[in-house]
Amino acid sequence: MARSLRVVLTHLLLAGGAFLSAMPFLWMLTTALKPESALYQPPLLFPTHFQWENFAKAWQAAPFPRFFLNSAVMTVGIVLSQTLFSAMAGYAFARMRFAGRNLLFFLVLGTMMIPFPVTLIPSFLVVNALGWIDTYNALIVPRAVSAFAIFLFRQFFLSLPRELEEAALMDGAGRLTLFFRIVLPLSTPVIAASAIFSFLFAWNDFLWPLLVTNSPDMRTVQVGLAMFQGQYGVFWTLLCAAATIVTLPAILAFLAAQRQFIAGITNTGLKE
Amino acid sequence: MGTFNFYPALYSLYLSLFEWNGLSPTREFVGLANYTRLLASGEFWNSLWVTLRYAGGVTLLALALGLGVAVLLNQPMRGQALYRVLYFLPVITPTVASGVVWKYLFDPTQGVVNRGLAEVGLVGPSWLSDPSWALVAVIVVGVWKRVGFNMVVYLAALQGIPKTYYEAAQLDGAGPWQQFRYITLPLLAPTTFFLVVTALIDAFQVFDLVYVMTSGGPLGGTDVLGYYLYRQGFRYSELGFASAVAYVMFALIFVVTLMQFRLTRGGQEDG
Repeated sequence: MARSLRVVLTHLLLAGGAFLSAMPFLWMLTTALKPESALYQPPLLFPTHFQWENFAKAWQAAPFPRFFLNSAVMTVGIVLSQTLFSAMAGYAFARMRFAGRNLLFFLVLGTMMIPFPVTLIPSFLVVNALGWIDTYNALIVPRAVSAFAIFLFRQFFLSLPRELEEAALMDGAGRLTLFFRIVLPLSTPVIAASAIFSFLFAWNDFLWPLLVTNSPDMRTVQVGLAMFQGQYGVFWTLLCAAATIVTLPAILAFLAAQRQFIAGITNTGLKE
Repeated sequence: MGTFNFYPALYSLYLSLFEWNGLSPTREFVGLANYTRLLASGEFWNSLWVTLRYAGGVTLLALALGLGVAVLLNQPMRGQALYRVLYFLPVITPTVASGVVWKYLFDPTQGVVNRGLAEVGLVGPSWLSDPSWALVAVIVVGVWKRVGFNMVVYLAALQGIPKTYYEAAQLDGAGPWQQFRYITLPLLAPTTFFLVVTALIDAFQVFDLVYVMTSGGPLGGTDVLGYYLYRQGFRYSELGFASAVAYVMFALIFVVTLMQFRLTRGGQEDG
């Protein structure tokens, strides 16, 4: 009896918290589907009839298709380059012997301790000097490698049995063949973890794209949404529709790779 | 990596000694003038104070709530996976979209917060346009975005505590609270340090949320250092002065990181 009471209580508390946690999403979605006039009615959670055209209106009210394309190019670019380069660097740190390896690895980890604001202005100046403002280069190249991903890959490669590679080396395989034919195919869990981190990081990023793009043609979805809310500040139905459109890819990506993502967090959070 | 990390970090320090608008070919060496100007500026002190309150508020509240949820979830139960996802969704939601939606929730007349308060007979403040409430509103969103992360890390740590500890304590007659106080909390200490440090470092740099929800206003009520830096550097083109602001942020973060090293070392010596 006492036990079942405790179970009920636990569920009540958890459900209450989960409701508070999810409520903004519900509110966003239902508002996106309401006619503007329904906003003043009593706070019914669900709209009486669905106004799907809000999505179409929001989509057309600003160049969202273009924002989407820009974000997609940037995100794909960052995910591919971070995965490839960080995997290669992680492999080098885990398996190869070269002068200054430990010092270099220490420096890579050190970059994670440099806060973003400190690097912001000089990075901007570099990109500006290269003439990259308002180009995909500015959005992608500064993020082509990630110290965090290198760390993830290195940890993973250290846990792989060396014997596999030694056998291949005996058969005369070169380092690169080894890496692409044997090591990478075994690395799908860590590739997935690293890719989901870079995906969310790139898709959700705001300040950097805000600084290095200035024409509507080069804005990413996050910057576009921020500008949109400046212009359509009180049209809550349109704003919520736009916010839903921008949020959806992040949620879908997370749901698709949830397990790898959570494993990535807990692995880095618990190891000293 | 060097180009976009180490070089900028040093270059920032160098730039903070100059007065420069980023465009003119010459820059004027001013020594520490940017820093003295900073220390004499009321706006800067306000900004620092706002940042400390934001960071402290978000870190403590999200820590307590994250631990609470993790403890409740750390038992065999139905729906655990669903709860986990629901609590975690805010973490991965783009900050700009979160800011837009929460701005609507905090709308004085149409927002769900004040409507809810009205249902129970209370008149809510006009949150984001009220200097004394705007920071509270931004902190609420910061906490909302952070709880799920803390929960996941705590949950993993909780699952690493051997069951036998609790069984032994139970034999000695320890109740649930005593078990939590004398077994769970001390064993979670390293995780707690990790979460406090990462939360503070994140919170010191908050920008997107403030940009979208309040633009630093009203009356500087939410003018966090990240936003102050952005304004000085990219609105007023005071790149030298903004670099000095960046170094103040760096110093804050450095102090926290140092504390972390001290505390974890101390913990290891005790253990």
